[in-house]
Amino acid sequence: MMKRVVMRSLVRTQRRLFFYNSSSSFTQRLQFFQSAAGFCNQSEIENQAPPPRPEEDYDVVIVGGGMVGAAVGCGLASSAMTRGLRVAMIDSSPKQPTFRKHDPNAIPDQRVSAITPATVRFFQDVGAWEGVLSARPTPFDSMQVWDYGGLGFTRYKAEDVGEPLLGYVVENNVLLAALHSCLQSVGSIETMNPAQVKSVMFPSSSNLSPTQTKEAAESNGKQDWAQIELADGRRLRTRLVVGADGGKSAVRSMAGFQTRGWQYKQTAVICTVKVEWEHTTAWQRFLPTGPFALLPMGGTFSNIVWSTSPEIAQELKLMPSVDFVVEANRALLEDYGSQPYSGLAELLSSGLGKQLFGSELGTQLLGAFTPSSAEQFQVPPRVMDCVTERLSFPLSLLHATKYVNHRVALVGDAAHTVHPLAGQGVNLGFGDALALVNTLHRGVEGGFDIGEERVLKEYENERKKTNMTMMALLDGFQKLYATDFGPLNIARAAGFNTVNLLGPLKKQIITYAMG
Amino acid sequence: QANKHPTPSLFSVAAASPPPPPPPPPPPGAAPEGSHRSSVDVAETAKFAAIAATWWDYQGPFKPLHIMNQIRISFIRSAICRHFRKDANSARPLEGLQIVDVGCGGGLLCEPLARMGGLITGIDAVEKNLGVASLHAARDPATASIKYLCTTAEQMVHEQEKFDVVIALEVIEHVADPMEFCKSLAALTKKNGIVFISTLNRSIQSFGLAIVAAEYVLGWLPQGTHNWSKFVTPEELALLMGKASLSVEEMAGMVYNPFSQKWSLSKDTSVNYIALGVKIDT
Repeated sequence: MMKRVVMRSLVRTQRRLFFYNSSSSFTQRLQFFQSAAGFCNQSEIENQAPPPRPEEDYDVVIVGGGMVGAAVGCGLASSAMTRGLRVAMIDSSPKQPTFRKHDPNAIPDQRVSAITPATVRFFQDVGAWEGVLSARPTPFDSMQVWDYGGLGFTRYKAEDVGEPLLGYVVENNVLLAALHSCLQSVGSIETMNPAQVKSVMFPSSSNLSPTQTKEAAESNGKQDWAQIELADGRRLRTRLVVGADGGKSAVRSMAGFQTRGWQYKQTAVICTVKVEWEHTTAWQRFLPTGPFALLPMGGTFSNIVWSTSPEIAQELKLMPSVDFVVEANRALLEDYGSQPYSGLAELLSSGLGKQLFGSELGTQLLGAFTPSSAEQFQVPPRVMDCVTERLSFPLSLLHATKYVNHRVALVGDAAHTVHPLAGQGVNLGFGDALALVNTLHRGVEGGFDIGEERVLKEYENERKKTNMTMMALLDGFQKLYATDFGPLNIARAAGFNTVNLLGPLKKQIITYAMG
Repeated sequence: QANKHPTPSLFSVAAASPPPPPPPPPPPGAAPEGSHRSSVDVAETAKFAAIAATWWDYQGPFKPLHIMNQIRISFIRSAICRHFRKDANSARPLEGLQIVDVGCGGGLLCEPLARMGGLITGIDAVEKNLGVASLHAARDPATASIKYLCTTAEQMVHEQEKFDVVIALEVIEHVADPMEFCKSLAALTKKNGIVFISTLNRSIQSFGLAIVAAEYVLGWLPQGTHNWSKFVTPEELALLMGKASLSVEEMAGMVYNPFSQKWSLSKDTSVNYIALGVKIDT
């Protein structure tokens, strides 16, 4: 590992030879680093031609090699402008994620995400989509959302917006392995794993002190960068720290970011199940205790994400599989109200409706109903068997009040966590990764020091708006469903039905959710 | 002012009035020394303290210049790539090019160009500016190699220095003899090298914006920074450059949008504009 790092720095030296003057203070700084690392003896150093860049100097250090951290790395490696940046990625897990050979009979892992076409485009642009495709992700082209009271439902179809798909359901392992394999093949990002960040020191964005000498400025300059200390004692110096270390981000707290949020008093239970028949629909039923989602996973496999109270979640985790299947079917199909029914759908699909709908005048009058408005409620498939362990995690909403500061930027869950309602969480993270890479691209193009806040602000402005809107939407939904109260139930259902009927609104919702 | 140079210094006038925008007026007696930084005495240090810190304060008095800087860099970068056939998608397209920034001030232009790979020399008549510029550039290894010299274009011609790219932004409207200035810039340029000159147009709009608005209403610049009668129209500049053996290849206006607080390039040269000339004679 060390050898590879040394080899890389030698190659870089050649590229950067012209770049350094041989002033003595530079040599002094080099001596400090080299003697600290115990590399070469000091007397040799004075006679060297332009000193190589200190081993520990980086342009970007990504803390966290999860999906979003790896996405940032891939994004930087895939563009000619940013490929020359010296980037390191620090992750605490000892093994490199790899692909399993695809086996259609193998049980899919229960940790999955529903990725949007926008995310797919990102993967295609960085060259990681082929990897995902090789593991056969499951496409889905419709979504049905309904109320437990049976008073209303909404069907969304990709057809409504003229697209072939709404998205794919993919195992998180697959996404991660695809991104890491992309990083390996490009080879320009140094992955340090296992490694743990012990501390990060950030400089204040300082102004010049006019009585400094040039030598003092050079040596103080090193304080102007972020300094990272790893648990194994290694020290890194970097222009920019990217915090991609998840909901409990250490970078976020070390950089002093404030957060707002709350615990939902909900826990999500996830597992893989086998269902009655194959489908390509994402089903979501809103129960009084929380939403129950069923996502297609290929063949008759499906994935359940069941958000409910912590007590119920605990029971669900511990009960025998057979009992869990009964509970799941009650939640999905049986309990509470009758199946929702849409009078309009009946009308639209009847002979009279087709005449009205089909004619020129009719289309204009009816204001462009979407194809899905003509469909009745569909009963989802029964759950037949639970084939994996049931995992659970507590749900919260959290966002950092700022995403960036001098020499630091947060992406993904480190910046914001959302309710897993619509499976949107990881898509927001990939959106962050793309936006940050674009911002850094523009920074390099303009000759900026990419760690400066004025460069990073662009990223924050772009993403905060999008993320907060999505978070508010999902949070609003969640709160709406936390109450079981007659008039509110009816109002909710009316809301559902309204959305189902209003073509343009539905199209907007779908387009927004697809990124 | 006593001159140590055999030929009249073009910057002796500039030194008495504020150099390229928009600085507070320099202390009296800031004559060019024609050498690197000499030791600074305590009284000077105090004045230095007052002025120097603000060059790189993005929210300070130089804020308008920092905002405008990005569009100038963008134009210069793409024009250099076009002329020298460099790959605009590379992170360091200016690699191997020797570039001089005449009237570099605190180094706002030098630093980004150095990060793009250029071999940069910055010259200015006001020594304080160079002190600030050197200190700031020393903090980042990517810019530490910039050479800063307290000298004039003419002195460099005299020393027979030649560069691939010569840049003089917002200087020509301050010099005593624009024709001589252009000739000096041309003399500093290698054959087939290029010169960038940016300045303000002498027009009704520029009077309204650059003088009345900027100096008196918005307070962006100290009053008296600019002398409207010394602004140069694009036609005049083209003539001057032509006579100095610089063939004007490109010209672009720079326009400010006060709502988005962004500058952009445009065909409108009524206020700020930038020109590119190619050296055609040896």
